[in-house]
Amino acid sequence: MPIPGQEEWKFDTKVQYIKYKVLREVARCAFEDRLLATYTEIPKLIVKDKPTMRCCIYKERAIVEERIRLAMGGNKENPNVIEVIDIACDECSKSGYNVGSACRGCIAHRCADVCPRGAISFDEHQKAHIDKTKCVDCGRCAQVCPYSAIVNEKRPCEKACKVKAISMGEGGEAAIDNSKCISCGACAYMCPFGAIVDKSFILDVVKLIKESQNNEKYKLYAVIAPSISSQFSYAKLGQVISGIKELGFFTVVEAALGADMVAYAESKELSEKGFLTSSCCPAFVDYVEKAFPQMKEHVSHNLSPAATIAQYIKETDPTAKIVFMGPCTAKKMEFQKEKLKDIIDSTITFEELQALFDSRDIDLKSLPEDVLDNASYYGRIFARSGGLSDAVAQGLKEQEIEFDLKAVPCDGIEACRVALLKASKGLLPGNFIEGMACTGGCIGGAGCLTHGEKNKADVDKYGKEAYEKTITSAIGMMKK
Amino acid sequence: MKCTICIGSSCHLKGSRQIVEQLQYLVKENHLEDKVELGGTFCMGNCVNGVNVTLDDKLYSLSPETTKDFFDKEILAKVQ
Repeated sequence: MPIPGQEEWKFDTKVQYIKYKVLREVARCAFEDRLLATYTEIPKLIVKDKPTMRCCIYKERAIVEERIRLAMGGNKENPNVIEVIDIACDECSKSGYNVGSACRGCIAHRCADVCPRGAISFDEHQKAHIDKTKCVDCGRCAQVCPYSAIVNEKRPCEKACKVKAISMGEGGEAAIDNSKCISCGACAYMCPFGAIVDKSFILDVVKLIKESQNNEKYKLYAVIAPSISSQFSYAKLGQVISGIKELGFFTVVEAALGADMVAYAESKELSEKGFLTSSCCPAFVDYVEKAFPQMKEHVSHNLSPAATIAQYIKETDPTAKIVFMGPCTAKKMEFQKEKLKDIIDSTITFEELQALFDSRDIDLKSLPEDVLDNASYYGRIFARSGGLSDAVAQGLKEQEIEFDLKAVPCDGIEACRVALLKASKGLLPGNFIEGMACTGGCIGGAGCLTHGEKNKADVDKYGKEAYEKTITSAIGMMKK
Repeated sequence: MKCTICIGSSCHLKGSRQIVEQLQYLVKENHLEDKVELGGTFCMGNCVNGVNVTLDDKLYSLSPETTKDFFDKEILAKVQ
């Protein structure tokens, strides 16, 4: 268990901490204009003279080199922002049913009796063995074993990937199928060896900060996701805002104000079309396009909240540059889309924001509290599952639109799959699918520093603290 | 003339929405839609003196209470 007060305490796992250390050093070198000259020194800086997690310091350093490559933007040939570091993959045993040490070598052999493929044989101690070339993973043997000695072991990445985009590559390492992957980052968060990583755009952000010349050449805006309310829990939200400005941003705007705009427009769109799915979550939209193309026409035509507010900022300040900061790895795919080109200039996660703070030695706890207040309660609760549905209901109410809303909030991509499948067959008892790829909504995002029980309550509390209590009042001051 | 109101966090908490609403109402009531263009921006870098409002690049510090006065003296008097 990490000790409170130490850096590790800022993250859920040591894997995140290692990634963070690399990002921090890369950012530090970039800020100090010495990246090309000194990035080769980073592995030695991070892996000292003794191995702490792998066979030897040379392997550890080689992996750090790979992490540096990803921190610097990763493989440009690969359009996916999620990449496998082959040499970091521990090549876990193949997913499927395996006989464990609990097998007592009984004489009943129920496992073999139920196996439809004759895949089970016994050694001289009567212990069972599964022939993987015959096994079809039906699981019947596991059901009948009186000792529960047969278990379905799944590689953590494959288990985390609910869209089944990960398989075992030829050399045993994880392989991602880009035609299925929705870049949600679940595998990156779950891999216990940190072998799957989201590519970083921090160097682009450092460049945007430097080239703004203290916001004189152009103004640099940070658009921040409402899930920020459950993050950086060691400091006050106002201190995080001060920290972002200390980094060199001109100002910070809530993506939640874009969410208010979306809720207002989406409720109207829903009442006109009669059936709709949300378009806020880029991983969900990607999933619809890849797995349910026939449902694509039903995806709301609204841009996501981040893109909506970014577009508005650029209307008020055409030379503005905008960086989105959030919990999401899929957002790193979204901002590169052709239709969002020139709207959002770069995207980073909360993990990367933490690395940027520390690369500049910005201690959030010592900073004064700035303010962040643009959106309403409803825009802010988009960060958790069910919030978007509540906001759409409110949008209908405030616009006095008569529409019998039957929202289906889908918490996680598996729930999305079930709802989309039913809807594609006309069997869904609802007319609005709130699609969120991560469990719990954005607060479950892979780019969060921490994930916890309290996060939902934090979002609701933050929502209630909003100065504006209705969507109409929050967006009322925007140019009509 | 162009009137820009700061709708950033700090000014928002000091009442910029109420100012926008008043100005929208006053412009409409006086039929100045063609002469006065209202707009918003997210920060003018002068948070301490908010709510910040610019009228053709000249900076003013307003509150909801002083908005009517500002409109009469700086906008209405000048466009008529």
